[in-house]
Amino acid sequence: MKKLTLVAAALSLGALSTPASAQSLVAAFASEPSSVDPLYHNLGPNNATRKHMFESLVGEGPDLAIIPMLAESWSSSEDGLTWTFNLRKGVKFHDGGDFTARDFLYTACRIPNVPNSPSSMAGFIKRAKSIEAPDDHTIKVTTPAPYPLLLTDFASFGVISASANGHTGPVTYSKDGCAGIDSYLDSKAYNDGSATIGTGPYKFVSFTPGESVVMARNDDYWGDKPHWAEITIRPITNAGARVAALLAGDVDVIEKPPVQDLDRLRKDAKVDVVQGASSRVIYLHFDHVGEPSPGIDGTDGKNPLKDVRVRKAISLAINRPLIVDRIMGGLAVPARQLVPDFMVGVDKSIELEKPSMDEAKRLLAEAGYPNGFSLTIGSPNDRYINDSKIAQAVAQMLTRVGIKTDVDAMTASVFFKRRNKYEFSLYLAGWGSSGAGMASPLRALVASQSKEKGLGGTNRGRYSNAELDVVIEEALATVEPKAHQALLSKASKMVVDDVAILPLHYEVTPWALKAGLTMTPRADQHTVLTSVRPAN
Amino acid sequence: MLAYLIRRFGQAFLVMAVMATIVFFGLYAVGNPVDLLINPEADLAEQEETIRRLGLDKPVHVQFGYFLSGLTQGDLGTSFVHNRPALELILSRLPATLELAFLGILIAVVIGIPLGMIAGLKPDAPYSKVIMTGSVIGFSTPNFWQGLMLIMLFAVFLGWLPAGGRGETVDVFGIPVSFLTWDGLSHLILPAINVAIYKMSLVIRLTRAGTAEVSLQDYVKYARARGLSPVRVVGVHILKNIMIPVVTVLGLETGNVIAFAVVTETVFSWPGIGKLLIDSIGLLDRPVVVAYLMLTVFLFVMINLVVDIAYSILDPRVRVKRGKS
Repeated sequence: MKKLTLVAAALSLGALSTPASAQSLVAAFASEPSSVDPLYHNLGPNNATRKHMFESLVGEGPDLAIIPMLAESWSSSEDGLTWTFNLRKGVKFHDGGDFTARDFLYTACRIPNVPNSPSSMAGFIKRAKSIEAPDDHTIKVTTPAPYPLLLTDFASFGVISASANGHTGPVTYSKDGCAGIDSYLDSKAYNDGSATIGTGPYKFVSFTPGESVVMARNDDYWGDKPHWAEITIRPITNAGARVAALLAGDVDVIEKPPVQDLDRLRKDAKVDVVQGASSRVIYLHFDHVGEPSPGIDGTDGKNPLKDVRVRKAISLAINRPLIVDRIMGGLAVPARQLVPDFMVGVDKSIELEKPSMDEAKRLLAEAGYPNGFSLTIGSPNDRYINDSKIAQAVAQMLTRVGIKTDVDAMTASVFFKRRNKYEFSLYLAGWGSSGAGMASPLRALVASQSKEKGLGGTNRGRYSNAELDVVIEEALATVEPKAHQALLSKASKMVVDDVAILPLHYEVTPWALKAGLTMTPRADQHTVLTSVRPAN
Repeated sequence: MLAYLIRRFGQAFLVMAVMATIVFFGLYAVGNPVDLLINPEADLAEQEETIRRLGLDKPVHVQFGYFLSGLTQGDLGTSFVHNRPALELILSRLPATLELAFLGILIAVVIGIPLGMIAGLKPDAPYSKVIMTGSVIGFSTPNFWQGLMLIMLFAVFLGWLPAGGRGETVDVFGIPVSFLTWDGLSHLILPAINVAIYKMSLVIRLTRAGTAEVSLQDYVKYARARGLSPVRVVGVHILKNIMIPVVTVLGLETGNVIAFAVVTETVFSWPGIGKLLIDSIGLLDRPVVVAYLMLTVFLFVMINLVVDIAYSILDPRVRVKRGKS
């Protein structure tokens, strides 16, 4: 009898621990947003959280194509220097205020002035020479030179409300500080909810660091009515704990389920797995400058990676499909260019390379290294999916063609410091492109480093090719979409021909959901819960 | 007694200063937080601008100077990641950890001491063997594995308790606590057990060893001979005399749980300070890590002080003398 009561108590307990209503959705994120201030920190989890509450002027669809959002339509002038955006009418902020051009101007004013921002959004507006509002529902932007990526930049930050930030009256934007606005709210005012007023499908309810972000449906939303009455984002950094929370029914959606658990999760009747191609490429970057290059031995002080034949040999020696199959469990697509096929700027005529050890050995001999040399790959071990395992596999493949390769894997904080001090002759890293497509990795990873031009920001291989730079800069100054695309493809082909950098694969992003739910995967790997729906 | 206390506090501040210096320079040597915090799309000028804004462009000794001058005004620095004062950030997470630690210790004591005494009084009984084997398993299996097993059993298979998170909280004097509501308590039980298992095993072993030793002493035999009830013999004469090692270990372990419940807090995504520490180390959020470790040192010194005072209450022969402990 005692046992029976115990079981009964346990059952009633179980009933209590399931989510309260079918109208609420709980998701587990792998990392926590550092704030709910949409302009504070340009970082994945912050931007994903932001998309529920704050909307951008133009949006990015799941495949990162530009779609109308707060602006219904837009156009650029013949000379490519002026952009006109027609704002959607009747859009209301969560506090009932009307959304007008003034709010966008205020947003642009606050972006460079967010106190203590650890990663500012300023880069998204710095190309604009002027931003003006001829009337309440029109925004005019001029740029000093034609700039095709303006839409992508404007899709990257959420628009805040001028009134909710304590500003009354009109706003005049100026690059050197907006007149009449002395100070801007700290991210604290957003974290406690007082200024967290957006136009998005969900309203802010609460943010408890380490615990949750809770949001409620915005019944006055201008677009499709949001499905869930309430959504909660919980940070669960440990992958095993995330899976357990899903299996226990504590959460309905988890991001980044561990690759090794996916097969088991797919077989589990309680769970569905959704996956989608992402824009993130995992690549190896060569030291194009160091002589001798750190980590290279057996070459009499020369840097063999400066020889394109050696770089080609390395590329031929790596069996990408094998890495995708064995290490990534199929959750990747072999790569040769820097962004996947569905994005802007890919040269579709370039085919995947067939790995060939003989050809690799021949090229090495031709370059004067018939007996190879020794090399160390630097790699993070906690940043990308299976990062250090991929580096291990690459090392084994290179060793087989005579390049004796070691792996130096370390935690991300140490890795980035050493990489930025050019301590690796070959390093593994990842790049998640924005909607800009090929332009994004081209200007950051392979364009010559230039602070003035804002190019080569992550080109830690110090690759420099004047011819390529010309094409990239031309592409970055060509607004007409077809010509822009053609220039990007041309640059991509030059990168591939010179093996300037070595793409390995594009990540495929998995999500695991409670059975009966489905969602639309996004190429930017953001978990946006508005797309989660019952499967039928 | 006053001189003693002053001296103890002096020692505490010295250790805190040494700790802060080592950690400050150590984290500086590991890397630059901006490399991790900044969006990779940022170009070189933006990277430099961010480094400048966070004051990380200055030479390390200048940064340390700023830190020291802040300290004199009671400012431990502002988190690079969260843009909040480091101390405030830590204190906001402290209640969750304290709650977890105290419930864990409570479970360990309430279950561990009686089991240990049983095993000590009847060392050859089969149930004593079961208790001792259990305690070996308890402290020899890894903490995270125990945590995951608890989740698998009670959350996934049985579905009785939630797998993690903190659940509902109630404000008591402005401090959010979760043990007052059923939802909060249900979230607290598994992590508290996870914390308790290892401590309980320790307590069982210490108690058993003490009991086995003390119960053969003359005064225990004399107490029995005087005809005192077995309850009084065990509950007063034996218990009081085995408590000193138990209190010492529990004191240190309490400090350990509060400061380093990292594993439990990570496995159960419990929003305490251990999780804050590990996240901050991962992002090289120096102000938080430094403030945290200074606070930890302070905590340990205080716990040791409390333990020393508890000794003198438990054992009149131990006296707190001029700074010696």
